[in-house]
Amino acid sequence: MYAKTIAELQSEGRTPEILFWVGCAGSFDARAQKVTKALCEILNHVGVEFAILGNEERCTGDPARRAGNEFLFQMTAMMNIETLNMYGVKKIVAACPHCFNVLKNEYPALGGNYEVVHHTQLLQELIQSGRLKLKEGGSFAGKRITYHDSCYLGRANDVYEAPRALLETLDGELVEMKRSRKNGLCCGAGGAQMWKEDESGDKRINIERIEEALGTNPDIVAANCPFCITMLQDGLKAKEKNESVMVYDLSEMILQRL
Amino acid sequence: MFQILLFIAVLAATGWFAAKGYGRVWRNIHLGKAEKTEGNAAERWQNVLLVAFGQRKMFKNWLPAVLHLFIYVAFVITQIELIEILVDGLTGNHRFFAPYLGGVYTFVISFIEILSVLAFVATVAFLARRNLLQVPRFRKPELNGWPALDANLILLGEIILIIGIFSMNGADQVLQARGVEHYGPTGAFAVSSLLGPGLFAGLSDGTLIAVERFGWWLHIFTVFGFLCYLPYSKHLHILLAFPNTWYARLSPKGEIANMPDVQKEVRIMMGLEQPDPNAPNDLPEFGANDVFSLSWKNLLQAYSCTECGRCTAACPANITGKKLSPRKVMMDVRDRAEEVGAAIASGAQTREYYSDGKSLFDYISPEELHACTTCNACVEACPVLINPLDIIVQLRRYEILTLSAGPTDWLPLFNAIENNGAAWAMSEEREGWRNQF
Repeated sequence: MYAKTIAELQSEGRTPEILFWVGCAGSFDARAQKVTKALCEILNHVGVEFAILGNEERCTGDPARRAGNEFLFQMTAMMNIETLNMYGVKKIVAACPHCFNVLKNEYPALGGNYEVVHHTQLLQELIQSGRLKLKEGGSFAGKRITYHDSCYLGRANDVYEAPRALLETLDGELVEMKRSRKNGLCCGAGGAQMWKEDESGDKRINIERIEEALGTNPDIVAANCPFCITMLQDGLKAKEKNESVMVYDLSEMILQRL
Repeated sequence: MFQILLFIAVLAATGWFAAKGYGRVWRNIHLGKAEKTEGNAAERWQNVLLVAFGQRKMFKNWLPAVLHLFIYVAFVITQIELIEILVDGLTGNHRFFAPYLGGVYTFVISFIEILSVLAFVATVAFLARRNLLQVPRFRKPELNGWPALDANLILLGEIILIIGIFSMNGADQVLQARGVEHYGPTGAFAVSSLLGPGLFAGLSDGTLIAVERFGWWLHIFTVFGFLCYLPYSKHLHILLAFPNTWYARLSPKGEIANMPDVQKEVRIMMGLEQPDPNAPNDLPEFGANDVFSLSWKNLLQAYSCTECGRCTAACPANITGKKLSPRKVMMDVRDRAEEVGAAIASGAQTREYYSDGKSLFDYISPEELHACTTCNACVEACPVLINPLDIIVQLRRYEILTLSAGPTDWLPLFNAIENNGAAWAMSEEREGWRNQF
């Protein structure tokens, strides 16, 4: 696997097809790093010339803005936009729906205009255009898979079909939860909740969600967001199901079929 | 003649009370800040037609949607009959349009009657659902007291209205059959041609006329009463749903509104822009803590809310027992607007120097605000495109930016973003993951 920074690529006189926005979770969280690696391997395999910002990437500001800290959001966002514009970035793929949403919907008002896709959309595009071909058979045949819509890919941006189309190509059996698509239930991490203790209540949100997921009797819970993955995984641990049920990002599942 | 004078008096009183009530709502909504309406008018009309008029979002749950549709269609179509009631009331005619329209008249009134029966069924079902069944969203604490009574009063009003219509039409049908003067032929109405003879056949002509007049006046009194009551009730949604869907934001739900004033400050701080030498020196307040710092559209939404609680039923925080209820946020904003509006109207306060020692934070606690995951489930759930999340974010902004308060758990997050450019303070490099694989 290799992933070059845009500075490295440009010094070789090359321009990337697309910039991969890794995000804080994808860079630092051990579980999300595996998703980062999976996506890089797929892009390497297909031959998509991509670059990362590397150390020049900063938090997009999603949790700051949603916590109410607009100053901090504006600061970090403007620094990112300066970097992106300096490198002349046109197209971005994000493996985190929070980064995806901010880059796509909130940076334009600050002078950052890019074509932004989520990695599930990119993978779907690559499969549709025939650039990404999956091996026949594989480990998902006969497996029950339930798909958790993240709020920021789903309701926030109305992306429901691309991830499901990916799941279909994997030959698993997609079993929907009652609360899915527009009515999907949050994992509990959004709005900067990831960084704070829950307010007092009867239950944690991730427990409510994993109970619903387990109600479909799945082998795999598929997700598209590093924070959802953490929350769902924690939920499985609390339910002592983390041995029998797996939480995967869609890119990890695609990787298994290369 | 006496009836005509009485009618004019009732009409004038209704006009006066209604003007007072709706004027109050109009002024309270405009306590909010100006906000421009941007974007495509065609898309806005589409929202009005499909979401408000067509009730598209109600049909996420088809049973209440169908029952609600009965009441809604009956209400809209009955307005045709109201035109005739106004003409008859002012001129002393009886069923003014009947001779001109003939069979069409019979059809229209029959149609209204059938819808009224359906609306009656729906109203009884709604009363039962609110008061007998244990529907969680109707059992939340924010509905205790007045909101629960308000909902029942509206439903009772609908039943009274329907009783009025059928005693009026039923008695009329019998009087017509007997050829009593003043009660000209209208043809047989679908429901009251059966109901009238069944109920009233044994009554004398005089009693029948009294029943008919009682029904007529009951009907119109209820309609006028409704009109005056609406601006004090959650039922105002029957009018405000339309402007509210028109003014709803068209941007993707994930986009949180930009703050150009903060953007400007940060650009100056980063040396991207020169400070304006004429700018006032006093420190501005950021975010919202009261109705004055919310947008007028937030207040329109608060007055458009009919407290159905679909938002709260979908809220992950509320589902898991946290204090946050998006419906309560909307009700609190409306109640605060009422309080502020009343203080200004009484002359105790002025809009420019308003200060009663209170704010929205006396209604909505930090604990509620901090429970929100910004998941947009409440926004998606609302049948009339109300956005509680927009208000929650503005209050969070006030808490963090103006009060420098908020959950202490967030301080390490803010410090890490500011100093490390990442959501966690990490010692390794951001691109360090490349070396691990």
